[in-house]
Amino acid sequence: MGGQLLEMQAITKGFGPVKALDGAAFTLERGEIHALLGVNGAGKSTLIKVLSGVYPQDAGSIWLDGTELALNSPKAAKKNGIYCVYQEVDTALIADLSVAENILLDSFAAAGPLFVSKRKIRSRAREVLSRLQSEHIDVEQKVSQLSLADKQLVLIARALVHSAKIIIFDEPTAPLSVHEADKLFSVIRSLSAQGVGCIFISHRLPEVFELCSRITVMRDGRHVAGFLTAQAEQQEVVEAMLGRALSRELQHVEHAVRDTLLTVENLSDTRKLKEISFTAASGEVVGIVGLVGAGKSELAKALFGAAEQVSGKISLGGQPLRLKHSADAIKSGIALIPEERRKEGLFVHESLEANASFPNLRKFSGRLFMNKVEEQRFAHLIIDKLKVKTSDTTTPLTHLSGGNQQKVAIGKWMSLDSRLYLFDEPTKGVDIGAKVDIFHLIRELAESGKSCLYFTSEIQEALGISDRILVMCDGRIVKELTREQATQERILLYASGGEEAV
Amino acid sequence: MQAVEKKLSKQHTTQEKVIGFLYKYGAIGLLAIIILYFSSISSAFFSYGNFTDILRSISIVTLLALGVTFTLVVDGFDLSVGSTMSLSTVFTASLMVWYDLPLWLVLLLPLVIGVLVGLFNSFLIVIIGIPDLLATLSMMYIVAGLHRTYTEGYSIYNYMPLTSGGTASGEMSSAFLWIGQGHLLGLPVPVWIMLAVVSVAYVVLQHTRWGRVFYMTGGNPEAATLSGVNVKKVKTIAYIVSGTLASMAGILFTARVGSGQIDAGAPLLMEAVAAVFVGYAVLGAGRPNVLGTFFGAAVIGILLNGLTIQNLPYYAFDIIKGGVLVAALAVTYVYAKRRFAKT
Repeated sequence: MGGQLLEMQAITKGFGPVKALDGAAFTLERGEIHALLGVNGAGKSTLIKVLSGVYPQDAGSIWLDGTELALNSPKAAKKNGIYCVYQEVDTALIADLSVAENILLDSFAAAGPLFVSKRKIRSRAREVLSRLQSEHIDVEQKVSQLSLADKQLVLIARALVHSAKIIIFDEPTAPLSVHEADKLFSVIRSLSAQGVGCIFISHRLPEVFELCSRITVMRDGRHVAGFLTAQAEQQEVVEAMLGRALSRELQHVEHAVRDTLLTVENLSDTRKLKEISFTAASGEVVGIVGLVGAGKSELAKALFGAAEQVSGKISLGGQPLRLKHSADAIKSGIALIPEERRKEGLFVHESLEANASFPNLRKFSGRLFMNKVEEQRFAHLIIDKLKVKTSDTTTPLTHLSGGNQQKVAIGKWMSLDSRLYLFDEPTKGVDIGAKVDIFHLIRELAESGKSCLYFTSEIQEALGISDRILVMCDGRIVKELTREQATQERILLYASGGEEAV
Repeated sequence: MQAVEKKLSKQHTTQEKVIGFLYKYGAIGLLAIIILYFSSISSAFFSYGNFTDILRSISIVTLLALGVTFTLVVDGFDLSVGSTMSLSTVFTASLMVWYDLPLWLVLLLPLVIGVLVGLFNSFLIVIIGIPDLLATLSMMYIVAGLHRTYTEGYSIYNYMPLTSGGTASGEMSSAFLWIGQGHLLGLPVPVWIMLAVVSVAYVVLQHTRWGRVFYMTGGNPEAATLSGVNVKKVKTIAYIVSGTLASMAGILFTARVGSGQIDAGAPLLMEAVAAVFVGYAVLGAGRPNVLGTFFGAAVIGILLNGLTIQNLPYYAFDIIKGGVLVAALAVTYVYAKRRFAKT
């Protein structure tokens, strides 16, 4: 096509002691669709944020069309024609304005005439949308009434108004249906034909292979491999993403799996979950692995009675459950450690004591009055047992680190003697020390006969802790793997919607 | 460079300490200063008689403020308490003057009205999903309109002429008036009632399982739901408590004045709200709490009493009340901003 457009050289970016980018490099040609791949934490998002001016790099240089750029603000990046279509489109759009106004927002937000001609805006917006073959979008409609896919198109159109040279697509297909994704691909292809350089980030390998001409793989903040898609195999890309010589972090101890405790049959909801069936036994840790958006949290919530319009059968210990509210699940002996710890799991402005006793207040109160001595004793029990690093049970939880907060979110269920524990991404935002403590705790729970479901998108963690792994993709359980069968490559392949060639 | 940063952070912490100290003890300090000031300029102020007067004058607004406290604890806000009190005031009076009902019904039926207002508020908020402030604002108007319609715009008093001709048959019994005007063990009866309600509310919110559920629901409704709390039910109860306390305030007002004044509760709404927000700052609670609310009502009561002794005209009182509310809100929000900025 047409020569080098962008070159990023030896980009380094640290957050405190952690180096998110460590000499990362990336190049993009004019009119090229280039995939940027890597597992969670590989540094993709940081690299994109450096390129779009959100974070200034600590070291390294960025060249566009042969000139070095100093991108110290998102505005500077836009001025140079670098635009980003984020996954959360709603944060970039103003819901109550029309499509046309949103497309031309920057041009009248910054400067320009005091009076804005609505007619001109509309015709300009129509013109840009037609370049995207998206004439079906009514430019006078409010953005809030559009589908997600159309909102993405509005964002792309906004970039085109400013004659974008580079458009970054950060996991744009995660929330889209197959049909919508196909439509988006044809838009991206037409952009590339018009000479725009497109950077495409996705967890789904098949679509990367369908759409992109080149692939760059990042790992540990570095460029580790580049492929021409035409000559690459899915398997080798996955191996590059993971690094070949990865060993299992956790030593697995074999132990007795007892009777089936949980049986789920044909669980569906109206949005995400489709005909999910599986079982879990006492003493077993079942890893439920899927990429972001696969429906893990939805499944966890459904099993906890915290989702709406769920159909299908759930039974625990042979008893069929009717879960209308979380209270029903708690009574039946189910505990949930939710993904959004601060939002859903804890009362961060309350003390450790108050948090710990809350799910089972009756145990810490006589007929009515709170027994604060008993509460404090239990708080100390959690601190000791879960190695929570704090000396004080009365300070608000905001003062604790993420890992310690998570331990409280787990510990608060210990007064209930639950039979089934649902862990939804329990290691998210948790440091490595606390992570190990949490793993040990989960294994201990299993060994004492509890059944644990471990929902995660971190494949390595699932491999380390699980007796059995269920892979989720698009709201379905697409594969069940025993410990022996499970490898990172296979899990990632199934989780990204792939199939093994038999 | 590092030394500068260190110095800056040190300054920062001393500044923070001062603010923290003011937040914790500022309200109490301010009250002490007010009392000292009024005592120094007027001998009538610092006397047993005047203090019981102050307590009696705040007894009604304290009941209203406690209702508002309950709704704020669950992260709601009841603006309809003033109107509910007005309705209860005229309703109570009418039960005696118009209908000659026995005392127990006169005390019970207005409470039922309060419960109904609370239920309707929570229906709008919990079932329909109108934001608390807007739902109760609408209810404030509806209830105010109801109470004026009920009395056809007149206040209700003994043997009043009726629009249908003739005079009303009933009168307020002395037993009823004792509730608002009598004394018991050296204190006015309304003060005893206020102290009893304050104590019960304090114990419930601070020391019982229910109180914990109330606060947690307000603090993080999602986490409360996932801990098995029926958030809708809890909110409904809070609004029922609020409506009931407002009705009690209305009964008390009727007994105190001896007639069913129209629009009795309207001016008390902002006073009650101010009391609650002053309460946020007491001992650094940072959230609605019963003792703080009582303290807040006392601060406002003392201020108004002192200024009355100073002959401040009554029509300037709203400036004082509004000023206290602004000051309390400023302290609360400045502190909250700093606290959340850190985390």
